[in-house]
Amino acid sequence: MVKYLANVATLEYDPENCTGCQRCVEVCPHQVFVMEDKRARVTDRDRCMECGACVLNCEFGAISVDAGVGCAAAIITGMITGGEPVCGCDSDGKSSGCC
Amino acid sequence: MAAGPGKDQPSLTANPLLQDIVSSMPTASSAVDGVVGKVPPQIIAKVNAEVSRAERWEHFRCRISNFRDKYSVTPGLYAFGEPDVDDDVLVSANYKLSFDALRRELPGMNFWILVLDTKGINVWCAAGKGTFGTGELVRQVAASRLGAVVSHRRLIVPQLGAVGVNASEIRKRTGFKVRFGPVLAADLPAYIQAGYQKTAEMSTVRFSLKDRVVLTPMELSPSLKKYPWFAAAVLLIFGLQRDGIIFADAWSGGLPFLLLGLVTIAAGAFMAPALLPWLPFRSFAVKGWIAGAATVLLASLIPVIADPQHDAILRIVAYLLFPALSSYIALQFTGSTTYTGMTGVRKELKISLPLYIGVAALSLVLMVVFKLGEWGIW
Repeated sequence: MVKYLANVATLEYDPENCTGCQRCVEVCPHQVFVMEDKRARVTDRDRCMECGACVLNCEFGAISVDAGVGCAAAIITGMITGGEPVCGCDSDGKSSGCC
Repeated sequence: MAAGPGKDQPSLTANPLLQDIVSSMPTASSAVDGVVGKVPPQIIAKVNAEVSRAERWEHFRCRISNFRDKYSVTPGLYAFGEPDVDDDVLVSANYKLSFDALRRELPGMNFWILVLDTKGINVWCAAGKGTFGTGELVRQVAASRLGAVVSHRRLIVPQLGAVGVNASEIRKRTGFKVRFGPVLAADLPAYIQAGYQKTAEMSTVRFSLKDRVVLTPMELSPSLKKYPWFAAAVLLIFGLQRDGIIFADAWSGGLPFLLLGLVTIAAGAFMAPALLPWLPFRSFAVKGWIAGAATVLLASLIPVIADPQHDAILRIVAYLLFPALSSYIALQFTGSTTYTGMTGVRKELKISLPLYIGVAALSLVLMVVFKLGEWGIW
């Protein structure tokens, strides 16, 4: 798998809060988490795409990430409107490659 | 859009997209006989794995046009095959391309499919927007009276739906236990066979050559829509003479730039996505610039494109402008990939946007200098 830019992902993980429920391993689409000694361990932060699935499903608040869409068009729109990046390719008739 | 599955039944026959997948209404089906007694389940339709030729054609249209924007199924509970009260419940989005991809992979199997109202958007994107989310799943479980249809309390949610679905919240609010299944519907039979165990492969999202190429028509389309404006500007600049606009000059002078514009779109919107892993560097802006520069270099060997006026300024503009354009177009592809994160794209934009604007401004200045030279003013 090709990797995106190094050392930019905002993923933070605190093993102290981990209970070993394995939800993060179950939801991460890039295998960023593995189980080790009944706790999750982060393998390679550069593989994180900041989708936020792990944060949403970690009941114990062990994970944080600045989640959002990695989409240039959405981020440019966000810069112009001054808001958060929003996927513009919605059902509003404007259709681009994504979504 | 649909409010509740029960209310949508009259629209079912009116929807041509659904007609050919509805083999019979659930009340006539033996599969649900066991439960149609006291609590009539609100089942939208009975479906199977057979994807018709008409549907295949529709799927193709989704890949190449805005047809995708209207390609949805009614949200609610569907019976796939001949499901029993013990059979699993699969959760899906109401983009019909996603729904059909799920059906196609499960021939001969029996499931309940709970379709969420994602406004016709696929699971992953809808999960990012929150429409494929905790609230909507809770709502559909209640609206379909799922608890009365099945005897168990298990839901299989596509793994990529985890971006929007909070499993523990679903458990608290509905009593159903969420398992996040494999990324691909194709792995569902093996996943269930293994006792709901995923291999690392099953839970990893990939981005193969085929995955990427299938997305390129929708990358090409926005650029091609803007192309006439670019062409008009090029013809205007080259045709503009001291005594008016000369069409012959516009064409002969502008043709190389018009063609370079087209090959640049091909470089940024097709070559860069297709050759993604083989183009050097991780940055999409750099990958796109390299694809564009290589394409302009190669295209310049073609006599029609090779600068017929042998003008150094035009050559500089060509090498400044077109690779930068390709870079910008390739950067748009970050919205379609399976691995680019927001912070990374933000960083790329922070560096590249000022460069694009600089290049555009410099190109404009150089074109003015070229015109002044052409008119003998300078």
